[in-house]
Amino acid sequence: MARFSVLGWPVFRQAKSKDKLGRGPAVESPKYANMRPRTEDADKVVQSVCPYCAVGCGQRIYVKDDEVIHIEGDPDSPISRGRLCPKGAASEQLVNTPVRQKTILYRRPYGTDWEELDLETAMEMITERFLEARRNHWEDFDEHGSPVNRTMGIASLGGATIDNEENYLIKKLFSAAGAVQIENQARI
Amino acid sequence: MAEAHPVGFQWVAEAKARGAKLVHVDPRFTRTSAMADKHVHIRAGTDIALLGGLIRHVIENDMWFKEYVTHYTNAAHLVDEGYQDTEDLDGLFSGFDKDTGGYDNATWQYEKDPYEADGIAKDMTLQHPRSVFQILRRHYSRYTPEMVGNVTGIKTEDFLELAELIGKNSGRERTTVMAYALGWTQHSMGSQFIRTAAILQLLLGNMGRPGGGIMALRGHATIQGSSDIPTLFNLLPGYLPFPVAGKHDTLRDYLDDAVPKDQKGFWSNGDAYMVSLLKAWFGDDATEENDFGYQYLPRLTGAHGTYQTLMRMFDKSVDGYFVLGQNPAVGSANGRMQRLGMSNLKWMVVRDFQLIETATWWKEGPEIATGELKTEDIATEVFFMPAANHTEKAGTFTQTQRLVQWRHQAITPPGDARSELEFFYDLGVRLKEKLKDSTDPRDKPLQAMTWDYPVDEHGEPSAEAVLKEINGYYTTGPNAGKPVDNFNQYKADGSTAGGCWIYAGVYAGGINHAANRVPGKDQDEMAHQWAWAWPANRRILYNRASADLDGNPWSERKKLVWWDEEQEVWTGKDVPDFPIKRPPSTKTAHDTHGPDALAGDDPFIMQSDGKGWLFAPKGMNDGPMPTHFEPAESPVTNPLYPQQESPSRVLITSRGNQLAPAGDQPGAEVFPHVFTTYRLTEHQTAGGMSRFLPYLSELQPEMFVEVSQELAAEAGLEPYGWATIASPRGAIEAKVLVTQRMQPVVAGGKTVHQIGMPFHFGVGNQALVTGDSVNDLLGMTLDPNVYIQSAKAVACTIMPGRRPRGPALVKFVEDLREQAGITVLTGHRRLTFERDAETMEVSDPPTLTDPEPHTGE
Ligand code: SF4
Repeated sequence: MARFSVLGWPVFRQAKSKDKLGRGPAVESPKYANMRPRTEDADKVVQSVCPYCAVGCGQRIYVKDDEVIHIEGDPDSPISRGRLCPKGAASEQLVNTPVRQKTILYRRPYGTDWEELDLETAMEMITERFLEARRNHWEDFDEHGSPVNRTMGIASLGGATIDNEENYLIKKLFSAAGAVQIENQARI
Repeated sequence: MAEAHPVGFQWVAEAKARGAKLVHVDPRFTRTSAMADKHVHIRAGTDIALLGGLIRHVIENDMWFKEYVTHYTNAAHLVDEGYQDTEDLDGLFSGFDKDTGGYDNATWQYEKDPYEADGIAKDMTLQHPRSVFQILRRHYSRYTPEMVGNVTGIKTEDFLELAELIGKNSGRERTTVMAYALGWTQHSMGSQFIRTAAILQLLLGNMGRPGGGIMALRGHATIQGSSDIPTLFNLLPGYLPFPVAGKHDTLRDYLDDAVPKDQKGFWSNGDAYMVSLLKAWFGDDATEENDFGYQYLPRLTGAHGTYQTLMRMFDKSVDGYFVLGQNPAVGSANGRMQRLGMSNLKWMVVRDFQLIETATWWKEGPEIATGELKTEDIATEVFFMPAANHTEKAGTFTQTQRLVQWRHQAITPPGDARSELEFFYDLGVRLKEKLKDSTDPRDKPLQAMTWDYPVDEHGEPSAEAVLKEINGYYTTGPNAGKPVDNFNQYKADGSTAGGCWIYAGVYAGGINHAANRVPGKDQDEMAHQWAWAWPANRRILYNRASADLDGNPWSERKKLVWWDEEQEVWTGKDVPDFPIKRPPSTKTAHDTHGPDALAGDDPFIMQSDGKGWLFAPKGMNDGPMPTHFEPAESPVTNPLYPQQESPSRVLITSRGNQLAPAGDQPGAEVFPHVFTTYRLTEHQTAGGMSRFLPYLSELQPEMFVEVSQELAAEAGLEPYGWATIASPRGAIEAKVLVTQRMQPVVAGGKTVHQIGMPFHFGVGNQALVTGDSVNDLLGMTLDPNVYIQSAKAVACTIMPGRRPRGPALVKFVEDLREQAGITVLTGHRRLTFERDAETMEVSDPPTLTDPEPHTGE
């Protein structure tokens, strides 16, 4: 234990540092003085938008070595002025949560557990099934003889964290393939 | 709003600090209520009665904005002689079709007057009995404060206080804004709830003005964007309707019906929007000779919404299902039916960050526990494809005020995770490759589809290239390949291509304006240089209405856009929403169409008459004016009309989707209470983005049910003990939270207990926190305009203790249904009365014929 010194007395420190209200240097611990913001280590900061609700708060994403190390509110945003609610503030965990599933999984018909699958195989299997389902339920005309040019064998339901550009490609591809049962959380 | 849109609520708090009055109408007392000047407890599902009462109050007490209403709305227009109101037909409008539940709107049309330039008969004094104004007045004449109280449970003094506040706070000097969320949409008449608010706001002159309007508080990052560039069955991008077989067999049929040239306003240019879309999709294959590839598009033959598609799964008519960042096993109505439906698929692709319940129902779902499904018997093949999150891809979200905001990519996605952009781009490349030599005409659209997007070294396509296509570009001439600057440059001759006309301008000049980021503090309050709002970076729609007939601001305090006499242009703080050089004194000339036909006092430039609609002659499938009906399952008998429920609601008949008896019907007492679902600040929808995150899970770890002290005493519920909540579809358990925030209301002469439950929890083994899902209790009864399910006022019963386990749970729900005498046809009667042809008196209800109960399940 350090030897007792009157110099360590808060009141003395306060007088010495002319910190009248006792909220400045007089009460600063060495630990505090050496603290550095988590964001200081970042290689880059990227402007982004919170992916939860539709307020659309601005985010600043701090990146180091291609990893997100911190996410905070963007004070430049005229919508949010730097604020984030609990969800936006927790969104770093959306990236780094330990339970995130990062590899492809496959459950075969009647299977009781997941199996691993590589990307190329999975994409080929999905493409084959897409074409087969499209064929199986193809309709050229309705019962009155009007053209319908469609397949009823494929459906899709998307969430509302899918970018406009993504929705655009989804709608374009499905429509060209003749699939009409294309839906979104916006209907729910 | 304070709970579900917390950071947006800071602006409400600011307004309040500057003197604005805040009223919160909700069946629950929430943190929004705590901040409000007044909280009004309402019976869930009765908002049309409240808003209709306000409309009546505003009219009868002369609080409406005369100049605005007379000139900017269709109040003066006369309606066809054949029109009959719900007042005449006991809850029906003229044109009702008993078999479909829909309407023929022929009698809702305006009376024609060939001497008027726009062809519409009018009475500018608003006195004519068939003027919209008088029809509206009669329609709501019985929505008196007492009647409002009897329907909604709101005390008369509370209603009058609210009515006076709104009325006095509207006019030249002041405006009132209304904000809503799914508490208005998730009903069998959700669209009409919002229409009622629109009528009230028009009467008060609150549309197109700063601090006015109706604010849809969208629940997710880009719900707005998913409707603008829709992954919705009935729409093409930019709100163009999806072609319907029989009605739209040729491009000409489509254009004449959907976007007729001979109408007023900007929809008359719809041919340019549609042809440019076809050009964007089918490129060089879209030529004038082949109607720009219109025949490549598939057609609709009715509603193909998510619930109709689910029912088709039971018929084994859907092989494959893509589920993209969505969790229908928990988030969609009638969760049990959702999971059983998926067990009838051949295959499904689930793309998400986590192993959500929609990916694991085949081994961890509630039906495995009840024995209704056995893992080894389920044939469905499941592909789980990990997804990239918002930091791992670039692109735009459109937030709740139509602001298109670009996100820069921060890092590359880990492992196999990919964006939807990359997944679908790759799938498209593979499909095109496999079909490239096909001679089958069915494959022609995929062969013709333009699909050349630059990709980066990881295979990720350029989102900016896609945004440019959405914006639109020239296909020919000196500017070929250059982006257009606005939608007025879209052409119907194939010389432009553009994926979504309302987004034209987001990439004007080859600059990504969605990425504009001038700090808010360096701009005025309109902040035009932060991101980009559709259309044309305009922040307030229909803002010509912010100026009076002469083009001057209604008041100095509320000035936004005005006519500059000297420069002879519209100008102001926002991008004017009007032909920029058209003087306010302009009259419509005979035989003009489209934007040219807009008179100086036609602020509602997308409407076919340039006016705000107090009465909707078209566009609504369940009536030209909102009318109060009881929710699909209600313990209260409709005090306003003999017709109990909306006669036009969409019913899905199935053993798994049965309804509780309503009102005083025998058996209604088995499900006597009403529950409403809601969101917690710390969770997001079905939990896929929150129940897997440690912080958020710790903050809200458990499913609970909010009940009033009165109901707790009546039902014997212990605080923090367990309760079982059951509907005719299922039973769940939750921890009991007894609170004064919930209050019983008295309506229709009955005390109605209301129960609140959050909808974020689901059953599985992967999330950090799990719990029974309230959506398992919901039925699928849909709004006939938008096919959204009714989720905010649902019949239930509640009892102390945990729910039964295993097969006993199925039996428990069956027994309750039996006790209530429920069959597949309960609650399915479209008309609750029949008219005696001789006396025209209301007599007994018609008998139900068997509407072919759904097989499967
Ligand atoms: S931080 Fe909260 S309020 Fe802001 S967008 Fe995200 S979820 Fe919405």
